[in-house]
Amino acid sequence: MNSAIPSQKKSLRFHARSFVAFTLSPEAPLEKWLGDLDRWTENSPGFFAGRPVLLDLSILKPAGDEIIARLVSQLATRGIRVYAIEAGDRQTLGPDLPPLLKGAKPVVIDEPHATGESKSKASALSEESADTRSLIIRSPIRSGQSILHQHGDVIVMGSVGYGSEIIAAGSIHVYGTLRGRAFAGSAGNSEARIFCSRNEAELLAVDGWYMTADEMEPATRGRPAQSFLDNGVIRVAPLD
Amino acid sequence: MAKVLVVTSGKGGVGKTTSTAALGAALAQTGKRVAVIDFDVGLRNLDLVMGAERRVVFDLINVTQGVAKLSQALIRDKRVDTLFLLPASQTRDKDALTEEGVARVIEELREKFDYVLCDSPAGIERGAQLAMRFADEAVIVTNPEVSSVRDSDRIIGLLDSRTLRAEHGQNITKYILVTRYDAARAARGEMLNIDDVLDILSTPLLGIIPESEGVLRASNVGSPVTLNEPTNAAARAYIDAARRLEGEDVPIVLPVHRRGLLDRMFGRRAA
Repeated sequence: MNSAIPSQKKSLRFHARSFVAFTLSPEAPLEKWLGDLDRWTENSPGFFAGRPVLLDLSILKPAGDEIIARLVSQLATRGIRVYAIEAGDRQTLGPDLPPLLKGAKPVVIDEPHATGESKSKASALSEESADTRSLIIRSPIRSGQSILHQHGDVIVMGSVGYGSEIIAAGSIHVYGTLRGRAFAGSAGNSEARIFCSRNEAELLAVDGWYMTADEMEPATRGRPAQSFLDNGVIRVAPLD
Repeated sequence: MAKVLVVTSGKGGVGKTTSTAALGAALAQTGKRVAVIDFDVGLRNLDLVMGAERRVVFDLINVTQGVAKLSQALIRDKRVDTLFLLPASQTRDKDALTEEGVARVIEELREKFDYVLCDSPAGIERGAQLAMRFADEAVIVTNPEVSSVRDSDRIIGLLDSRTLRAEHGQNITKYILVTRYDAARAARGEMLNIDDVLDILSTPLLGIIPESEGVLRASNVGSPVTLNEPTNAAARAYIDAARRLEGEDVPIVLPVHRRGLLDRMFGRRAA
């Protein structure tokens, strides 16, 4: 446009948006941490695809921008795009790096676990979506498949294989054997539950709180079970 | 028009190549015209197992690139004259395979044969995906052991999403072929049992091949076990599996552990 045209006074509108971002908190030694991350993503390929990821450097405290730049590119080669960086006490970052983020509030923090990946959630005002249709899956879910349903429940008529995952905003119902991972209430719903007619799950999570197969009571394995939050603590209980 | 089958597994060393050769030979023995293709470019083995390694002139890559005609590259088996082998290249790698090239070769084979068996390389990368790309049916070779079963599950997922038939919304018929089944170890509970395997994979069973030294002997002399020792238990299991592929209703029997005299006298061995 031509600058000779007098600018019309048009009021600008700013919208506030909040969203849930996954935070990666790398720890030294970096090689080991990346190895752990690779092992984790191997089980859940495409987990980070299209999801906002923050890089929290408050644990690693890298000495210079080159180290951060290398880390960002190492994550990029793994298909993880860093939206912003939380750098603790640092005030500035180099111009080639993702923007510096301040003031993100973790709401639910999972205890750092042997998986080498700690997830935390930035504050989210989850808007109630009108679209809460269930997703019904009639075929078995195979190893390496990832089912993401951002509204409502996921109902699986068959089994869910080892090394596969289901992520649902609502509850998850599996009428076969659940052998993979299930994340219910993924967008912040503490009322969500996971039901399965046989619990062989690698991991069950509700609203960001999770329990691995190792931590589950043997009495809940190999039989109908459900998983839910009980006063903020994840529980797995037999159904029958 | 031929039926195109892919013999695949995900995991290596479970018996894809052995099974391709044995099933191919068993089908050819019934008079069907059978072509077996080695897709394991760079690590060719099928020619060895079939005893044709000294007669390889042209290979799959040459044909896909138009350097050789299909008729020049196909090697006729010396024992069964309706069995043909299209060998893999040893000097190239899997990047030399193109989807268009493979499509052309499979199309040409479809016109000339009753069965085309594609011996897939291990893994889930390009080579394995091209081997399954044009298949109508799939034989998933699995050992009764967790890692093999999990990899087979992954491969079934790929068969249901990455094959041409799947992309056109058609069904691809899948069968599980359990190989290296050791009845003695199964009796001791050291292996997954067949029901668990089928439950995890929720796919019909084509056959159970017992662990047998005859299979190894046959591979070493370069002859499919169904030709080398047709009375061997593993060979008979392959022949039955081939009949099931033809649509015959052959009951599947679980191989049992024959206990020797001493075993019977002393009861269970202290494993």
